[in-house]
Amino acid sequence: MKIAIASGKGGTGKTTLSTNLASYIAEEQMVVLTDLDVEEPNSGLFIKARLLKRETKYKMIPEWSEENCKSCGNCHEVCNFHAIIQLGSSILVFPQLCHGCYACAELCPSSALEMVARKMGELRHFQNGKLNFIESRLDIGQEQSTLLISQTNQYINEHFPGDIIKIYDSPPGTSCPVIEATKDADYVILVTEPTPFGLHDLKLAIDTMKKLGRDFGVVLNRQGIGNNDVLDFCQQENIPLIAEIPDDRRIAELYSRGELVYQEIPEVALQLEKILDFIMNNKDSR
Amino acid sequence: MRIAFTSKGTDWDSMMDPRFGRTEFLLVYDEDKEELIHFDNRAIEDVAHGAGPKTAQKLFELKADVLITGNGPGGNAATVLEKAGVKVFAGAGELTVREALRAYENNALEPF
Amino acid sequence: MKEIVVISGKGGTGKTSLAASFACLEGRDVVVADCDVDAADMHLLMQPDFNKREDFYSGELAKINQDECIRCGNCADICRFNAISIIDSEYIVDPLDCEGCGYCARICTSHAIGNEKLNAGEWFLSSIKTGSLMVHARLGIGADNSGKLVAKVKKEAREIAKRNGIGLIIIDGPPGIGCPVISSITGANFAVLVTEPTISGLHDLKRAYELVKKFNIRAGCIINKSDLNTRTTEIIEDFLKAEDILHISNLPYDEIFTESMTYGQAVIEYTNNDMTGMIKDSWHKIKQIL
Repeated sequence: MKIAIASGKGGTGKTTLSTNLASYIAEEQMVVLTDLDVEEPNSGLFIKARLLKRETKYKMIPEWSEENCKSCGNCHEVCNFHAIIQLGSSILVFPQLCHGCYACAELCPSSALEMVARKMGELRHFQNGKLNFIESRLDIGQEQSTLLISQTNQYINEHFPGDIIKIYDSPPGTSCPVIEATKDADYVILVTEPTPFGLHDLKLAIDTMKKLGRDFGVVLNRQGIGNNDVLDFCQQENIPLIAEIPDDRRIAELYSRGELVYQEIPEVALQLEKILDFIMNNKDSR
Repeated sequence: MRIAFTSKGTDWDSMMDPRFGRTEFLLVYDEDKEELIHFDNRAIEDVAHGAGPKTAQKLFELKADVLITGNGPGGNAATVLEKAGVKVFAGAGELTVREALRAYENNALEPF
Repeated sequence: MKEIVVISGKGGTGKTSLAASFACLEGRDVVVADCDVDAADMHLLMQPDFNKREDFYSGELAKINQDECIRCGNCADICRFNAISIIDSEYIVDPLDCEGCGYCARICTSHAIGNEKLNAGEWFLSSIKTGSLMVHARLGIGADNSGKLVAKVKKEAREIAKRNGIGLIIIDGPPGIGCPVISSITGANFAVLVTEPTISGLHDLKRAYELVKKFNIRAGCIINKSDLNTRTTEIIEDFLKAEDILHISNLPYDEIFTESMTYGQAVIEYTNNDMTGMIKDSWHKIKQIL
């Protein structure tokens, strides 16, 4: 069962929830936690586990060889992403801008461009007891998160059986990387806070989920601050409100030290149990 | 020498554009011919990714030897400019094009 | 004309709340640019009237003209993004998967594939409650978040400032360190880095600062919720000193940020307590640098 944890807004508590939920579940059963915020993965700060495996991840980019090139400029012309620059008789390729469409290489009349594998990031697999933690990190300067996210999803599919609970900490926002991160999910948990910013960005996230045809529900973080508009909205729209994590300064303090929260704060553990119940109930109907 | 400027207008009294990739105009001054030409770069607004390299390629086509600009080119553009052998000077973002040339001639600008 | 951009690296540090308070302090003499286009929130505090609206186009989507299509399948074969599939015997491009590379259109022998400009969002020009103007935008769902829409918002803000003789633009920047952030900081005179004393906050602060440094922009830092972790606050302060970043202020964790937001107000409008004083002092310190 694949659960993606997402949010429209940054800073709502996605990572706090993913890491605490996964650790909580791991006390009783096998679980996989994956950090798909590949530009800035920081779930790892909260997970203590042993490094099991590292895999270099590659993207295909065109490599130019001067010998065959006739400087026709076709490659520059066909690249919609301006990743190929022509300076007289020299061709410069910008791997960071390349989307890997292969047009330049395959349409080159002189076979002067060949698609080769170039490192774009790294996947690391950690393990502690029943918790498997996978973190993918994009190299600095790389721009194509989507590809690394999809390769990470592939790794999970290849290495873990279907019936284990898999939690995915998604990047914030509603653009391409989030689409890729939640594409495969059986269920999406949207984390938000009961404030105007939280409600506004929740609506954006919901629009996105609906467009993708995803099943989703809400976990409300920092319950107690702000107002009841998010609650009311969920009720009106029949959106399942799976759990509510109370606002507690201690949570923020523990987070700031890179520590898990539920062991210190029983109310949080209770809410995690609620979420787990929800997952287990929905698991069988998939 | 041909000296290029990133600018918001087409003449000597125009303000410099502090940006490189998405600069509105590229002005090129040919010291030998004492000629100032301009290139309207505003179509770059339509470009999502790769604005920097595209503008840098344009600069190469305009045969610039030196570039005077404000903040400086981003990483990708800087690579193209280096390969093209263009020497970049930054820090002129708040000047007029005329003042920027004077600053360059007086060695008052930072090589990028 | 001067530009001050407020960025944070990490989301949720209080960037937008502070930018809103700064904008309110300036009243009519400023143009506000909300460049956090993926999750724009400034408008929830500034009461914009959405007076002018324009569609925003970025990138392209392949579209197959079914009348011209001869169903050879070449397009589906060469598409590296699996964006073309057969649905009810027709070849259809999935708009969410299509990356707009244009390859299929180039090789289609029947010229059945066109590239359509993708409506990737919209931008607005509004009058806001302080009597000044704000440019803001909304990026479409699943859109490519390049710096383009950010650049558009800034361009419009600059033009408006110029037309109305206004000397200052306050920019609410996007979170992160990618293209949208770069687009928001280029041309700025000063960058305000808002951070929080958490490990991820510090980590993202450093990455955000690297960007600012690369573009030679003077920077200052506000450590928000500073009393949550005094040790990490100290580490951040050491970092600021080492890098010669102006230490603007430390703001204690205060529920007033959320409370005022709930009433659709910036902190300094909502209350006149100590926090308001600290925010005002922070702003004065920033303006003195300019």
